[in-house]
Amino acid sequence: MDIAVLVKFVPDLVEELEIDEDTGMLDRAFLRLMPNELDEHALEQALLLKERHGGTVTVFTLDTGDVDETLFTAIAKGADRVFKIVGEGFDEGASNHRQAAVFQEALQGTSWDLILAGTQAVDDLDGFVGALLAQRLELPYIGYLTKVVLQDGGALVQKEYPGGLNADIEVACPAVLGIQAAEQPPRYVVTSKVMEAMKSATIEEIEAPEVEIAGEIPLAGMSLPEAGAQAEMIEGDVADVAESLVKLLRERGVVA
Amino acid sequence: MSVATSYEFLEKVIGATPDGEHIRKCLQCGTCSGVCPYGFAMEFPPRSLIAALRADDWHGVLESDTIWLCVSCFACAKVCPVEIPLTRGLLSTLKTEMLVGGSIPQELQTALGNARRYGNAMGESPRKRAEWARDFTVPVSILGRDKEPVDVLWFVGDYGSYHPRVQQVSRAMAKVLHALGVRFGILGPEENSDGDTQAFAGEWGLFELLAQKNIKAMRRYVFDEVITGDPHAYNALRHEYPRLGFERTVRHYTQYLAERIDDLRPLLRKPLELRVTYHDPCYLGRANDNNIYEEPREVLRAIPGVELVEMAHNREFSLCCGGGGGGMWLDGFSWEKAHARTTDWRIKEAVLAGADVLAVACPYETPRFEDAVKSTGNEGGLVVKDIVELLAESMSD
Amino acid sequence: MAGDVWVVVETLRGEVSEITYTMLAAGRQLADGLGAKLTALVLGNETEALAGTLGVADQAICIDHAELAEFNPEVHLRVLGAVLEEQKPRLVLLGHTAIGTDLACGVAQRLSWPLAVGCRSFTEDSDEPQYSALTCGGKLIATGPLPGPSCVVTVMPGGYKPEDGMADKAPPIEALAVPGGFEAARTRFKAYIEPPAGDVDISKEPILVSVGRGVQTQDNIALAEELAKVLGGVVCGSRPVVDQGWLPTTRLVGKSGKQVKPKLYLALGISGAPEHAEGMRDAELIVAVNQDETAPIYGFAQYGATVNVLELMPALTEVLRKN
Repeated sequence: MDIAVLVKFVPDLVEELEIDEDTGMLDRAFLRLMPNELDEHALEQALLLKERHGGTVTVFTLDTGDVDETLFTAIAKGADRVFKIVGEGFDEGASNHRQAAVFQEALQGTSWDLILAGTQAVDDLDGFVGALLAQRLELPYIGYLTKVVLQDGGALVQKEYPGGLNADIEVACPAVLGIQAAEQPPRYVVTSKVMEAMKSATIEEIEAPEVEIAGEIPLAGMSLPEAGAQAEMIEGDVADVAESLVKLLRERGVVA
Repeated sequence: MSVATSYEFLEKVIGATPDGEHIRKCLQCGTCSGVCPYGFAMEFPPRSLIAALRADDWHGVLESDTIWLCVSCFACAKVCPVEIPLTRGLLSTLKTEMLVGGSIPQELQTALGNARRYGNAMGESPRKRAEWARDFTVPVSILGRDKEPVDVLWFVGDYGSYHPRVQQVSRAMAKVLHALGVRFGILGPEENSDGDTQAFAGEWGLFELLAQKNIKAMRRYVFDEVITGDPHAYNALRHEYPRLGFERTVRHYTQYLAERIDDLRPLLRKPLELRVTYHDPCYLGRANDNNIYEEPREVLRAIPGVELVEMAHNREFSLCCGGGGGGMWLDGFSWEKAHARTTDWRIKEAVLAGADVLAVACPYETPRFEDAVKSTGNEGGLVVKDIVELLAESMSD
Repeated sequence: MAGDVWVVVETLRGEVSEITYTMLAAGRQLADGLGAKLTALVLGNETEALAGTLGVADQAICIDHAELAEFNPEVHLRVLGAVLEEQKPRLVLLGHTAIGTDLACGVAQRLSWPLAVGCRSFTEDSDEPQYSALTCGGKLIATGPLPGPSCVVTVMPGGYKPEDGMADKAPPIEALAVPGGFEAARTRFKAYIEPPAGDVDISKEPILVSVGRGVQTQDNIALAEELAKVLGGVVCGSRPVVDQGWLPTTRLVGKSGKQVKPKLYLALGISGAPEHAEGMRDAELIVAVNQDETAPIYGFAQYGATVNVLELMPALTEVLRKN
């Protein structure tokens, strides 16, 4: 059982995001990048499957800057091999279409049983990496998964629907799975183990190939939502507030 | 790396501290388990833990998660008749093994992960570490920005930097230092968590990472000594940083002020007319025999109108607030296991002592004791203040 | 057909999901701006029965097949892709959901059509409509054109009122046969799983009614339970409440408890201290009710009210029940 895990680095929202005045785009100079949280879940799910069934877990990521610690941490958690895909301009960010195209090339040459990625990431604009990749590879894709159980020739996965409903779906392997939550939270790995991995393990590097991409959505600009440091206060007495609140909840699609 | 047998674990414990060998002399007297604030709720309080290891029940020990009730208060270590370094040697080493095995309460995992990624346990942006000092009435020099030599490097700490309640304490400290004419500076965005709490939660590797960052930052600047309002930082800087190459004078701010009591007194113009009781923080007192008990009291007595009363458990018998060793993030966990809060006991003692104010000298204590004031139904009665806040109050008009 | 605006109707267990109406409202605006028709596409089984509220669209295209009865990403994707390839609409709207996004990405990649996800609103334009999407956890707005000849978007709620997309009649319906056959799919829908009884995992709940010290006594928690029931959510709380034993620790939100990111976090009588905020500040919609207008919770909430929590809970429950 050979599982590939795709990791994407995204802006860390702990930092303030700023718009570059000249370009009208996100100012990447002070951006802190972090591994996409759901990709960490994908890795965790892959490691759980490896623990149960044996096999290998391989992690791939585009070299968008400070990725080494994450890759060594993956090794410390139990991944077998980790790959850093190096390419021009990656440090300025890469669209999901580009990521999918690059990952497609990187995954060539191995017959993977499963490819796991986080269903989505905070900076997604032009789709989801896993779903785009699956279509490129002409493999079945199911997203928003919270459980993956292997069975003969495939997997039984649990998909999360709006409203807390779940569904069991069977899929034949190989397949691409979009993970929403691993069956347990991403494991903690003690710092000393990561330090050890830094000394004893290697990150393999691949050159990003030239890729053909169509379908990236044009981005005219980014802006900050209207500053509202404090809550918008709802006026009136209890009855007024109740009415206004219910109206708000309806508008937001929270209640029917 | 990870330990497979009781024997291997004991060897590790023995190697962890200079007096590690003392563990072989354990009398099984049980005093440690007796003074432990959560001993009653642990499956393996210190005495039982040693007994279990001697009986080669390493797997039984690993299966229990109640080690996470240990708040690293040093009560057991202090009282042990054969001076086994229980807190630093036995208990934190067990926590390390639990971490290596992947057993860790979720809330603590988040705090440790935050410290690793952001240099503070709250997960706040490192760039905002000095925001509390921005636009403040008293100038606070940020060493990396202002690049002036100072007499004192003030190590602020996570809570003093980011927690709204404790930021008030930081501002009071700045006022007092300024009024005394002390040339001080802070590391600001270059400061990382001191690492003490992470260490006692078992993450010695993370501690080293954080310590190296702090040492590297401090090496850039010129100062005579380091002071801090955080006993955990004090303990780490004084006892653990030297082996990593940091050998500077480190003092808790109460020691620094006690030395300057004659300069301080004339500034304390306003009488406070308060009955104050002082809570001895574990890490100023029992931990590593720091024994800093009198200086904070001296400083308090210098405030006009302050009547100092003592709680039943004071000095080396002080009751832990429960914040150490990761406890700050494990209140939900402790409550579930023990259904008791160490802070509640303390508040009740303060009230019994007839105090108006519970004075503290540790950043964990202000929010923890204030919560307990509410949960014991003393809101509107007992007030919690850091010593430095009382000083600032007495300096104002 | 070509050059029209299409809404891929989202259904779940025989009901049209609310996001569909948001999409129809958006689609109506876009279609009018382009001078094009608005088409609602329904894939399923016995779909005509579902068309009764889709009248905002100019027409509905219904594709029926037993294999389409329950959502199967692979099968639905194949059918959708074939239909779109043939019909070539100008814009395709799907819901930004577990159903819509599975389809949107596959279809966009397959047809090499540009794709924008998480769109909240659009501006009509006779030539190139513009999208506006919230990204980076709601901290940034991304805008840009939706280029022709064809483009795919997924739609998030919030930019349009679902009522504006709802009608009480069906549009003219055209039934289409499933394009191509169903060769062996590698994916198979098996069964739905109802949420389990027993204590809930609040981090998985979409609606949370959270109580703090302002709820005052244990008995008042019942008011929160009533409200939660009517909202389809569960009750959780801050530390003081849980520590008192008024709620089990599984319901604790905050640094020492669970981190939650629900669709709605209703913070009642909660001050919003950092320890608590840490557990809920990333919720999609935070509404805070606290009589103290300086309570820190208002720094995290999008909406607030300083009325009495104990009075508001039953009032809210009643209004919700009425409608």
